[in-house]
Amino acid sequence: MSKKILIADDEQNIVISIEFLLRREGFEVLVAGDGEEALAKVRAERPDLVLLDVMMPRMNGFDVCQALRADPDLSATRILMLTAKGRDTEVSKGLGLGADGYMTKPFSTKELLAEVRKLLGM
Amino acid sequence: MHRRVLASDRLIAAFLFGCVLFNYPVLSLFDRHTTVLSIPLVYAYIFFAWVVVIAVMAWAIERHFK
Amino acid sequence: MLEAPVVIAVSLIYLGLLFAVAWWGDERADQKRSLIANPTIYALSMAVYCTTWTFYGSVGRAAVSGIGFLPVYLGPTLVMALCWFLLLKMIRIVKANRITSIADFISSRYGKSHVLGGLVTVIAVVGIIPYIALQLKAVSSSVSLLLSYPEIVMPNHSATMSVAADISFYIALILAAFTIVFGTRHLDATERHEGMVAAIALESSVKLVAFLAVGVYVTYGMYDGFGDIFERVNASPELLRLTTAIPSGKGYTGWFSLIVLSAMALLFLPRQFQVAVVENVNEAHLKRAAWLFPLYLLLINVFVLPIALGGLLHFVGQDVDADTFVLTLPMSQRHEGLTLLVFIGGLSAATGMVIVETIALSTMACNDLVMPLLIRHKRVAFDESRDLSRLLLGIRRGAIVVILLLGYLYFRLAGEAYALVAIGLISFSAVAQFAPAMIGGMYWRGGTRDGALAGLSAGFLVWAYTLLLPSFAKSGWLPDDFLTQGLFGIELLRPQQLFGLTGFDEIAHCLFWSFLANIGAYVGFSLLRPPTAAEATQATVFVDALKDAGPVGAALWRGRAKVSDLQELVARFLGPARAQALFTAYARRRGVASGVMPEADAQLVQFAESLLAGAIGSASARVMVASVAKEEPLSIDEVMHILDEASQLRTYSRELERKSRELTAATLDLQEANQRLQELDRVKDDIMSSVTHELRTPLTSIRAFSELLRDDPRMHLADRERFLGLIVSEAERLTRLINQTLDLAKIESGRADWNGCELNLKEVVEQSVAATSQLFREKEAHVELDLPDNLPLILADRDRLIQVMLNLLSNAVKFLAPGSGRVKVMLCLLADGLEVSVADNGPGIRPEDQQLIFEKFRQVGDTMTAKPSGTGLGLPISRRIVEHFGGRLWVESVPGEGATFRFTLPFAPVQEQALAQVAAA
Repeated sequence: MSKKILIADDEQNIVISIEFLLRREGFEVLVAGDGEEALAKVRAERPDLVLLDVMMPRMNGFDVCQALRADPDLSATRILMLTAKGRDTEVSKGLGLGADGYMTKPFSTKELLAEVRKLLGM
Repeated sequence: MHRRVLASDRLIAAFLFGCVLFNYPVLSLFDRHTTVLSIPLVYAYIFFAWVVVIAVMAWAIERHFK
Repeated sequence: MLEAPVVIAVSLIYLGLLFAVAWWGDERADQKRSLIANPTIYALSMAVYCTTWTFYGSVGRAAVSGIGFLPVYLGPTLVMALCWFLLLKMIRIVKANRITSIADFISSRYGKSHVLGGLVTVIAVVGIIPYIALQLKAVSSSVSLLLSYPEIVMPNHSATMSVAADISFYIALILAAFTIVFGTRHLDATERHEGMVAAIALESSVKLVAFLAVGVYVTYGMYDGFGDIFERVNASPELLRLTTAIPSGKGYTGWFSLIVLSAMALLFLPRQFQVAVVENVNEAHLKRAAWLFPLYLLLINVFVLPIALGGLLHFVGQDVDADTFVLTLPMSQRHEGLTLLVFIGGLSAATGMVIVETIALSTMACNDLVMPLLIRHKRVAFDESRDLSRLLLGIRRGAIVVILLLGYLYFRLAGEAYALVAIGLISFSAVAQFAPAMIGGMYWRGGTRDGALAGLSAGFLVWAYTLLLPSFAKSGWLPDDFLTQGLFGIELLRPQQLFGLTGFDEIAHCLFWSFLANIGAYVGFSLLRPPTAAEATQATVFVDALKDAGPVGAALWRGRAKVSDLQELVARFLGPARAQALFTAYARRRGVASGVMPEADAQLVQFAESLLAGAIGSASARVMVASVAKEEPLSIDEVMHILDEASQLRTYSRELERKSRELTAATLDLQEANQRLQELDRVKDDIMSSVTHELRTPLTSIRAFSELLRDDPRMHLADRERFLGLIVSEAERLTRLINQTLDLAKIESGRADWNGCELNLKEVVEQSVAATSQLFREKEAHVELDLPDNLPLILADRDRLIQVMLNLLSNAVKFLAPGSGRVKVMLCLLADGLEVSVADNGPGIRPEDQQLIFEKFRQVGDTMTAKPSGTGLGLPISRRIVEHFGGRLWVESVPGEGATFRFTLPFAPVQEQALAQVAAA
């Protein structure tokens, strides 16, 4: 059974590119345009991995991460934070909130795939 | 501290102001056979000036020496 | 109903009431719930200034000299403006040194001199006794007037006098009893009399009410108001002269000298010093008194002239003394109730003055006259077995009786003589002689005992020669040759034209010569020799009273003493129980739990001396303490050294305080600056972080799409074309962002190029709408234009304005719902410029976001669908452009109903002139 991945980002073009990339690699892909939608979709669809942008409207990535980690049912869900702000404080904040990995935009597609596979134990 | 100095200066000013109002030559300006509201001018003037001086003193000292 | 028994009964009942109030006040003081801890009572007690000389005499003066009665109340009003300096300093000095009278004050200041205290006492007694007599006379006159009711008979026949005079003799005795009971109940280290003060405050209220009542009655009851009285006066040239300030034609020097004299009387009359300084319980009370007491003076004077004129009009042709108008006017109308009230008011004025003055004088006489004599003759100091507190109380009580009897005697002797009538101002002139020594002592360190003695003596002698003796001569007690021909027939020595000085009235004349002699001798003799150690010490204590001087006195005492000796000494004057309690309390304050000081240090000696000072005066206290303590005398050099050190310490500690204040301020400044820096840093950081974020986002898409295309050569053509298109548009976005960031940076740093020219705004708007028409067509939105012709030109940069318009229009179109969007562009004329508005029917902007959207990189939008595809710099740049040309850009919006962006631009200056010319034509 293919792994299910949720992409949560408000930049449409980034979503399009990652979606295309992951589908080509055989993953099942879901999309969310803001933080609240992302949270709802995680609860409903139980993806194996969430690619979570930090700067999102309605609810930012940190808050979504915190909410997910507060829910014991969702402890198996891996979280990979994506951010365009590459400061160390942001990285440590994300990891401190329970994210499993962290990538700074812009990233190489190869590295993204490698990170995704690592987090999914593939 | 500065409020105190200000209030002190105001009181001294009230004193000097009163000295001028109640003495020659300002007083002589009002010292004539005229009446205001049928009250002799100098009599009305002195009491008016008196009230003003008292009001200034009350204002300076009650408001600023907390 | 005004028969003798009624009058006497009412008088006794009133005095009984005063007793009750005074007793209650003392009770409350003993329970530590002070009745007089109230600024209004303090102000009222100061109104003891108004005696019968005011109550009856003001009207008499007004009937002779018109408003010439007023300066005596204007002087105190003015001096109260300075109470926060003069009176406050006096209060501090008196409390710190347990000073009990004005004689003690002067004696203490100049090295605790017995001679000086005695001289002040003598001057005060000589100056004041006739004044007390005047009060007794006023009471006896009012009694004899009442007794002749309903006839109005002037009380100058000896037959009527004898009865009334007897009454006033009894009144003198009753007052002596009253004063003894409440003035000398116990010997206090502070010598305060709370019950007496309460009674005086009540009397002040009564006399004011009585005077106002008779004033209202005469003015509005007998006549038809102020206007009516003055109109009647207009008909009489004799009376008309009373309505100007200078009816006597003596010039304004008399007026001025009365203001000066009364100002000093308010400070230095023994009774005023007693109530205002010695009896003050809380210096904050000065605040209320500063204006309430002058207000009292004003009120008690409002009706003086109407009563005087009313009386002169009413009793025309009759033998009625104007001094009695207050009483005789209601009598003539057979108004018995009011008559009785006025009588009680006059009784209040008299008794209040007599009681306080007598207490003050008896304290002086005991501490500064009798005690020093007893000590000098060694009757007291070495008779160690006796309890001296009884002796002291006895002396004071005796002094009270003697003073009152002297007053009565003077009254019987003087009778109707001139010496009594003029005594008010003569008394004032006597106590004014204290002014140089008092004021100089408080502000000048150089004043010495010799200077004070010389000044006081000279002033007193000149006063006696120019004022007192002439008043005796005018009464017929002295041959009046010396008045007209001068002493020994030397014309230059005529007492009221001394050295040929004319043009002054007698008061101004006396004031001039006595002050010249007084101040001259005070300053001259003070400068003859440097101050002694004792004088220098006391000068510091007095002059620096308002600074936190610390125990200067204690620092200046060196010697040995035994605690038990000191306590025994105090016990002899204050009683063993009180002394024990005071010493125990003192030890506890010093931190000795057992309540017994282990040894007598300088501070304890100082404490004992101040306790004694309260009871027997500072000069005697020093002698008494010296009798049990072995003092090593300090030389003047040592004293000056210690004082220098103290003042250096003070300066040093002030310096330290100032430094620490400056440091605190500097620290605060630094903290603030640091905060500002951090804030700036944070803002800069935020902007940097925003810029990187905005740059990284399109780069992310571009890189991802490029790698996808590179890695997958067999990608579908449709995907390939789509991705390439996205790469191009993201690249454009990147370019736009870089351009706008640089643009904004240029505008903000002031290095932007502006090509200002006069332009037609309508063309700019039309051009911009045309440039964005494609965007509107894509959204199927409708654009409506309302652009009037012939509007004035404005001065701006065409390209920049188009940039603003394009930004507003593209913003509007961005948020429109496809198909139903409407945008209305309007141009309208304002008073000083033009306004452009761009209104859409999009989702609108929440109120909390309406400011945010003008900040850099703040994008707000309904992100249900997608993020707005701008850079977040368009509006901030637009706003700066509009502001550069002197306009304003803002948004108005109701969420759900669309948003309207407006900006204004002022007319070109030339245009403004043209418009003005059109308007003028």
